[in-house]
Amino acid sequence: MTETLGGAGGLAASGAPSGARAFWRRFARNRGAVVGLALLAVVVAVALAAPLIYPESPWRMVQRPFLPPFAHDGLPLGTDTLGRNVAAGLAHGARVSLVVGLVSTLAALAIGVPLGALAGYFGGWVDEIAMRFTEFFQTIPSFALAIVLVAIFQPSLGSIVAAIAIVSWPPVARLVRAEVMTLRTREFVDAARLQGLSDWRILTGQILPNAVSPIIVMASLMVATAILLESSLSFLGLGDPNIMSWGFMIGAARTVIRTAWWLSFFPGVAILLTVLALNLIGEGLNDALNPRLARGGR
Amino acid sequence: MKNLLLSAASLALVAGAALAEPQRGGRVDVVIQPEPPGLMVGLLQNAPVQMVAGNIYEGLLRYDADLAPQPGLAREWEVSEDGLVYTFRLAENARWHDGEPFTAEDVVFSVDVFLRETHPRLRASLVHVETIEAVDDHTVRFTLNNPFGPFLGLFEVGTMPMVPKHIYEGTDFANNPMNDTPIGTGPFRFNEWVQGSHIHLVRNDDYHVEGMPYLDEIFWRVIPDAAARAVAFETGQVDVLPGGSVENFDVPRLTAMDGVCVTGGGWEFFGPHSWMWINLREGPTTDVRFRRAIMHAMDREFARDVVWNGFGRVASGPVSSSTRFFSDDVTIYDYDPDKARALLAEMAYDGTPIRLVPLPYGETWQRWGEAVRQNLLDVGINVELVATDVAGWNQRTSEWDFDLAFTFLYQFGDPALGVARTYVSTNIAKGSPWNNVSGYVNEEVDRLFAEAAVAVGDEARQALYDEVQRIIVDDVPVAWLLELEFPTIYRCDLENLVTTAIGVNDGFRDAWLSR
Repeated sequence: MTETLGGAGGLAASGAPSGARAFWRRFARNRGAVVGLALLAVVVAVALAAPLIYPESPWRMVQRPFLPPFAHDGLPLGTDTLGRNVAAGLAHGARVSLVVGLVSTLAALAIGVPLGALAGYFGGWVDEIAMRFTEFFQTIPSFALAIVLVAIFQPSLGSIVAAIAIVSWPPVARLVRAEVMTLRTREFVDAARLQGLSDWRILTGQILPNAVSPIIVMASLMVATAILLESSLSFLGLGDPNIMSWGFMIGAARTVIRTAWWLSFFPGVAILLTVLALNLIGEGLNDALNPRLARGGR
Repeated sequence: MKNLLLSAASLALVAGAALAEPQRGGRVDVVIQPEPPGLMVGLLQNAPVQMVAGNIYEGLLRYDADLAPQPGLAREWEVSEDGLVYTFRLAENARWHDGEPFTAEDVVFSVDVFLRETHPRLRASLVHVETIEAVDDHTVRFTLNNPFGPFLGLFEVGTMPMVPKHIYEGTDFANNPMNDTPIGTGPFRFNEWVQGSHIHLVRNDDYHVEGMPYLDEIFWRVIPDAAARAVAFETGQVDVLPGGSVENFDVPRLTAMDGVCVTGGGWEFFGPHSWMWINLREGPTTDVRFRRAIMHAMDREFARDVVWNGFGRVASGPVSSSTRFFSDDVTIYDYDPDKARALLAEMAYDGTPIRLVPLPYGETWQRWGEAVRQNLLDVGINVELVATDVAGWNQRTSEWDFDLAFTFLYQFGDPALGVARTYVSTNIAKGSPWNNVSGYVNEEVDRLFAEAAVAVGDEARQALYDEVQRIIVDDVPVAWLLELEFPTIYRCDLENLVTTAIGVNDGFRDAWLSR
């Protein structure tokens, strides 16, 4: 029921000329979502500006090790076990986290959306095969599978993105399948079919655009999950050893937590805020794209 | 005159107070990590086995920090002038822990029968031995078929432990039921082993050195987690943390505690020496200028001070300074990034990427890899760290799938035992990470190592080793890093713990408590 309404809402939002403003009004009604957006904007700005603020590699050993925060000019967050600038690591790490989050989510969508759409639209044996295949991936705990994949393919940025995409597409496929199944029995689809449109045109031109809003909401949460996954992998030492990331910083600082709290504290806060921001935005998007909730608010 | 005598007497008194008389009694708790697979040191050569069993079993000789031989089960020894006949006079009152006397027959059986079958590292050296004979009950004679310089360095307890003939003769050594209750001649007897908890040794009241040992009992505690081991020491549950049992960054915190002492000694016999293998088969690493640039690019003092908390020494070449025949008359590669850049410019290095494989032995080695990578990047060497686990590291080094790879090896006191194997071309073979992995081929080096091993007299050997060290250091077939030190942390009232070249491995004979 909710899904049907969600689909219709997507149609309304993308159809109306003043849609963007109405959308923003509905989104902005959720205060948390605005805060989340602001936080994310800061993170993105830091990530973009990292090479300008800290042109030196974050791996460079610039000062004595274990300098506490605010103790030294130019090193606001102190230095780590080898005397590397923690602030520079955070800024450069933001790039990695965001890139990993975005790319792996896009990759997961690229697998999950077509598979779910085909299964939902055609049903029958196509559905059977696609869903058994999906279940095959869902029966393995996603984090365990990600660890195995990264370990097999040697840790590198590419293999980490691929591993995260591979473990996170099944829910997308399930969601899209459910959406498509409800939409394909609707009158406008029957009408399109009577007009003689091909299956391909109906699926891409009529059904998927109406299923897009729950996918967007889900994608925003998937970015957050992907960032957490990447951090967890790096924490366990399965990160790309040539790339400074937040998870790596925490993992390397874990063993000295009793003597140098700031080494794990700041990257931890960075992960917390970024993931929180993405979740808040996801909630706001859900509100804005779901007209039933929107009407209830009025 | 009387005054003089008086002052001499008071001087003696002062000296006596400083070297206080050892006291009998007391118990010591020591960490053992990891739990050894057994305690029969003739069958198992793992580090934790040697650490516990070195106090139960004994060799004919012990070695001081300069690797000079000291009496063990052998009280006296002499070497013939041609370097071929070694005669040992054994302790006459030595007994096995079950009461049987220890005789020359035990020595012959141990070396010629038992260890020849079970001890690969000793077997490689025994090819130089023609006969081993019991001259009488307490005299044993080794006759070599050619002079072998390092021979007198082979009698350490982990290399050549004495095992009881009356228990092992004619049995299947590996499956002898007595392996679970080891019988040695050493200062401590085996009492009990609770798997996963502790190994309990008690004083051997019948020990062949009068008055020794001083301690009543030793508990070797098995604590699998490094942080838990540090806490156990902090809370007083254990008194000794042997080298390598806590993470490096915990060392300053633990040694800052009251009444806690630390020493880097007790590893001279092993001489753990670290370097990066350089693959000499392809790529820019085939150019000696590139390899010298690597040496000048690395800030090894920083690595010692920061990564290893100040423990260790910058290695000047292939031989550790604690190993015999070390020479410092070699080219010195100091930290000089500009020189490294100039060398790279001279050879017109084109930025070909270099793969660096760190040693996957925990945080310290990982940080070290990161520091070296940054050093090399700073001079313009395009280097990438390869993430790997222990199996992957083994695979890459033994299959030559690397450009640079961290490693460290023991030297066993003599270049013929622990250094030559890394550099002689006859030792190049796929499938092992412990041979000449770089693929270094230099006929002059091969010849010098071969001659030095069998040369008679230390002076002749020193001259040959001086020469070979000069050549190797100029060729840079591997990038030397540090002579490692694994600090032993202990309570200061445990006196005389580390007095030999193998440290706690045989140190409890002399240790005593002054509490």
